[in-house]
This record gives sequence, structure tokens and C-alpha cells, in this order.
Amino acid sequence: MDLSYGPHYEAFREEVRSFLARHSKDAPRGEGLRSEKVLAWQRLLIENGYAARTIPKAYGGYGAAPDILESRIIAEEFAAARVSPGLGGQGISMLVPTLLEVGTEAQKTTFIPPTIRGEMLWCQGYSEPGAGSDLAALRTSAVVDGDDFVVNGQKIWTSTAHLADWIFCLVRTEPEAPKHQGISFLLFPMTTPGIEVRPLVDMTGVANFNEVFFTDVRVPTRQIVGQRGEGWKVANTILGHERGSLGDPNATMTRFNALLELMRRETVDGQRLIDNPLFRDRMASLQSRVLAMRLHDMRLLSNKVNDERAPMASLITKLQGTELRHELEGFAIDVLGELGLAYGDNPDKQDGGSWQTSYMYFLGLIIGGGTSQIQKNIISERGLGMPREPKLAK
Amino acid sequence: MRFGLSEDQTLLDATVRRLLADQAPLDAVRAYADGGDDHALWSTLCELGLGGLLVPEAAGGLGLGVLDAAVIAEALGYHVTPAPFLGTAVLFPRAVTAAGLNNDPVWQERLGAVVEGGLRIGVAFPQAGGQRSRDSVTAAGENLSGTVTLALDDAADAYLVASNDGALWWVEASASGCAREAFETVDRSRRSCRLTLTDCAATPLTQDPAVLAELRAVAWVILAADSLGAGRAMLDKAVAYAGEREQFNRPIATFQAVKHMCAEMAAELEPCTALVWYAAHCQDHIRDEALTTAGHAKALLGDVGQFVAKTATEVHGGMGFTDLVGLHYWFKRIGFNRQAFGNPQRVRAELAELQGW
Repeated sequence: MDLSYGPHYEAFREEVRSFLARHSKDAPRGEGLRSEKVLAWQRLLIENGYAARTIPKAYGGYGAAPDILESRIIAEEFAAARVSPGLGGQGISMLVPTLLEVGTEAQKTTFIPPTIRGEMLWCQGYSEPGAGSDLAALRTSAVVDGDDFVVNGQKIWTSTAHLADWIFCLVRTEPEAPKHQGISFLLFPMTTPGIEVRPLVDMTGVANFNEVFFTDVRVPTRQIVGQRGEGWKVANTILGHERGSLGDPNATMTRFNALLELMRRETVDGQRLIDNPLFRDRMASLQSRVLAMRLHDMRLLSNKVNDERAPMASLITKLQGTELRHELEGFAIDVLGELGLAYGDNPDKQDGGSWQTSYMYFLGLIIGGGTSQIQKNIISERGLGMPREPKLAK
Repeated sequence: MRFGLSEDQTLLDATVRRLLADQAPLDAVRAYADGGDDHALWSTLCELGLGGLLVPEAAGGLGLGVLDAAVIAEALGYHVTPAPFLGTAVLFPRAVTAAGLNNDPVWQERLGAVVEGGLRIGVAFPQAGGQRSRDSVTAAGENLSGTVTLALDDAADAYLVASNDGALWWVEASASGCAREAFETVDRSRRSCRLTLTDCAATPLTQDPAVLAELRAVAWVILAADSLGAGRAMLDKAVAYAGEREQFNRPIATFQAVKHMCAEMAAELEPCTALVWYAAHCQDHIRDEALTTAGHAKALLGDVGQFVAKTATEVHGGMGFTDLVGLHYWFKRIGFNRQAFGNPQRVRAELAELQGW
């Protein structure tokens, strides 16, 4: 066990802190994605290597060599200072790494610089009404006609489709091929004729998701990433990234601490909530599990830094992280009782009504990004080496 | 930065596991459970250095820490090995060190005997799991009287005894006024006894109750590590059994219901590894967090252990319920570890108190 990052990294941490001390006044606080404040902050972060840190200079990034601990320190310090760590979103977190892996030179130079600067916003067109957990069963078709693909079909659960400039989209180009081999990965602007976006209101009342309909949408054939029929492989170069980041244990610990504060503040029958022995026991139990997940996260970080493999360790994070967070949010509602029902514009809601909202939001995350049941399939098959279910005879 | 085991620790772990697989198979556990003894096996383990793991090098030991001990405990739990590890090899040397007696020739000699495997020490803390009315040890001068219902190790040469006020004492099993009788527990992979002291001569180690608290925390970590090992063994056995057992013309491992049970066990156990390692590390290196992290490890492994013990048994179906596959040795060892030195509810109440909730 050596829990220190070492002198080089502690010096780096000081640099980050000094940057934050000088510049955090310029950080956006809730401004819109297109606001000049957000875009200027993003440019400043890239210039100083706190965003797009490892993206090559040729594509508009900072061009540092990948260093897991440096990235971690940046994240830790920005979080501690409660300062926006720059833009995220599916373009930056998923498309850019994909293009770096498998994109053509032209695609890299065209798409990466405006994407990382926040000038080009993306949505991800993967799921369909008939292709959720079985994503490879997707049916949106793309047929070649001259220099174009002609795309027809429907996507669903498309986050930020109503805001996005472009979409990266999985389509079926080889309908006769086995399902994993007939898919291609296309890029096209959301302004292309034939695209209709309909908001999908979720249970929290927010319309972040959309349904997206394609009717004879023409996409130049050069806007394919990878080869025809290789879209599944292209998409999977980075799908693992998404799973790991859901249910971050540090955020869960922050929520745990907020709940503890709430329970010391609120009383029932003249007794602080935290003095109720049942609640106390449950809180200590949640704390054990959140602590275990935080330490587990440190173990994963250490494995990456030291290039050590513990396959099971990374397979469980999405399942455990989202389920634990959901349970914590639900428990907060329980301790509040009737007061925990306050919602919407109700001035009596606690902590901005976030307990109810997060309780539902994290149920969404339990389902999205590979349901808990799919995670268990993956854990048992890849982690424990158990066999796949036999295919049904057709 | 490295969050994990060192090369030495990994090597030690592999060596001990190889030896246990070879020399302490389930048949050996059954023989012990049927009334045999663990003396020969403990001697063999002491030849590997287990007895002197925490004994300072000056007294002939390896001078290692609680994390090393936790690695061993996990291996012992994995093999449900009968061994006086916790009292003899962990709590005793830890108590001598904490009491500042490492340089005292009398205690050095005892530590030396522990290293050689020639001295085993049981543990009798009346307040280990919360003090009950039947448990009490009081001192009159340097003589102790009272009862400890559950003392670790029925074959110890001496006991580390805590009196009600938290002071620690050394009591030889052969001393006049020291009586022990079997306290049969569900776990037959380790034997316990009821220790009754009647004006029994004792040697004081320390009056400082903080030492007892420290020892209890170390015991929490070791019991947690033991359950982690036992739980991992049960998961491995469940996965192996599911791969062999066929029903409806296919291995039951192909059924999602069975796969998901195994996945849940793996998902619950996996973060426990990091927690046990960290809690063990804190005992020697991060004093501020030593008690709380140990408590979290004990409480969480109590619960996760119980879940795994039940689920793994269910994966084995009717076979899991029989004595034939012997899975119940793991089930019962986990059950013992859950209650000993404070069950999860008890430990969590203490955790809340410790943190000033």
C-alpha cells in the first residue's frame, strides 16, 4: 500500500490549485451550453491542459501524454473547488475517443477541434424501440444511393438530440449479414432534411431524452467511421467508458454527507432523525458500502496506474454504483417521510427537491447504459466464466 | 501510488494458499471438527512464519503488519482452516507491542515461543461483542474473578483476558482458579470455550482501555478478512457446481436465474476486498481512521458474508443442504465471524457513536 501520489504529482496538484485560485471567478455557473461564458471557459481550460488534456495538438487539444493520476488530480481539485471541469457530453466523452482510435485523418481534423471547444454538440443514435438491451438488433437502415447513404428508421432515448448539431448513429447497412456484422457507424448533421426530433418526457418531468425519426435522410458515404459492417466494433471501442462513469462513488459520498446533515437538522417527535436507532443503523450500513465503493475506485485507479488487471473489479462498478446511489436517495425520502413528498415548486422541499429527483434519475441510470440485469449477465459471463444462455431454436 | 498488495504480500498469499490446499483439505477440517486437534497443522504454518508474522524482528518474528495478517486470514477463511491465528499470531503480539512490553525479557520469551509455534494464546474479552449480564471479569489486586462465555481457543496455553474496566491481563490456562469448559458453537472449524476465573493469578499487560479498543479493531479486520476468504470460496464452489450440475438437459450455469445469483455474490464481494485492505492498512499507518474503517469492514463483511453464505448454498440446491459437500463449514464459519466481537448492528451503533452522530 502506498497511498501517496508522490512529489511530482503533489507539485502538479499545486499548479492546478493555483490555476483555480486565479481563474475560478471566470467559471460558468449554470449558463447555457452555447453561452460565450461556457465557450470561453472551455478554451481557457484547453489552453492550460485541464480539458482535452490528452487530445493531440494537431486536433486542437493540449497534447499531454496520457497520465491517469494527473487526470485524477484535475478532477479532484475542480470538484473540491466546485468549479466546472469543462464540457462533457457524448461528443467529447464518446465520439472523440472513437475518432482518435478509428477515424480517418480528415474526420479527426474536421470534427475533433470544434467538438472539444464546445462549438459542435453531438447526440448518440444507438437505441431503438426494438433494440434496447439487444442493441445489435437495431433496424434503422442505410441504403447506398450514389454517393450517399439514405437513412430510414427511428432512434429513442437520444439524450440532447434537441440541442445537438450532429449525431453519431448506428445503422444497418448489410441486412443479410449476421446482426453484429451488418451495422455501420455514421456521422451527420441534425439539420439534414428528413430528421424529426420529438421530446420524450421522463418520470422526473424533464425532456432530456428524445425520439428521433429519419425519413430518407441523405448522408455522404465518406461520413462513415470505420468500414461498412464494422459499426458494432467501432461503437464498442468506447462503450466500456460509459458504464464505468455511472454511479461515481465520490458523488455518492457527497450525497451521503448531505443526508447526514439533513438528519441532524430535521426532527420528528422532538428527536433528531439521526437519533432514530433504525435510521442510524441503516445510515452506518450505507456508509460502509459507499466507503467500500470509494476504496474500490482507488483500487481501480491504482490498477490502471500500475498496469495491473483485475477484470472483475471493473465489471461491477456500474451495477453497484447506480444501485447504491438509488438506494441512498430512496432512504433519504424515507427519513423525511411526508416532507419527502414535497416536489416541483413546493417551497418546503428539502435540498432543492433533489432526493425525489435523484431517486428517479438513478433508477433511469440503473436501466440505461446496460440494465442491472445485463450487467449481471456480463459479470457472470466475463467475470466468472459462466456460459451464455443457449439460443432458442428458431 | 499503489492501492493493493506488494509483491511480498502476493507471494506470501500464494505460498500459504498452496500449503493449505495441499495440507488442509476439507477432510482435515472434518477430522478437526470430529474432535481432532490442529497442533500439527499450526506447527507447519509456523514453519512458514505465520506464528511470528506480527512479532517484532528483535524477538525473532517477521515484524509485519495487519495487512499481511489480513491476507493470511483471507486464505485461512478460504480454506476454513482450523488455526489459533487470531489470538496467538495477531492479538497477542499486537497487545504486547501496544502495552509497550516489547523489550521486556519475559514477554520477549513468550513472543519467541509464539514464533516457534510452541505457545498458543486464546482471547477472553467479556465485552468483545457487547457485555452481557453473564459476562464479567473483575480484578482484586492481580487476581481475576468472573466468566467469559465465549473465549477463543479451547486449547490455548494462556489467555489474553480483559477485565470489565478495559485493562488487559495474561492468564495461564494451568493457573489455579482458571477453569474452562467447551462452549460448542455452530462453527466447528475453530473451537471456543467458556472461561471461568476464580481468584485466579494474572499478570497485567496494561490498564489503558485504548489498547483493548485497538485490539478489538484489529480483530474486526481479521474476522472480516476471514469472511471475505470464506465468501470467495463459497462463490467459487457455487460457480463450479453450477457448471457441472445439469437439469433440463443443460448445466444450471446457463440459466440466468443462477447466473444472476452468482453475479450478485461477485458484485457484493468485490468492493469488500478494497475495504478490508484499507482497513488493515489503517491499523498500522492511519491511526485516525483505524477504528472506523475496521468497524465498517467488520459490519459489511458480516452482511455480505451472510448474503453469500445463503446464496451460494442455494446455488448448490439440495446438495448445499447436505453434509456431503461440506459447504456448511463455510456457511457456519461466516456465521461465527458475523457475531464474534460484535455483530453488524452492534458495530454500526458504535460507528455512529464514534463519529459523533
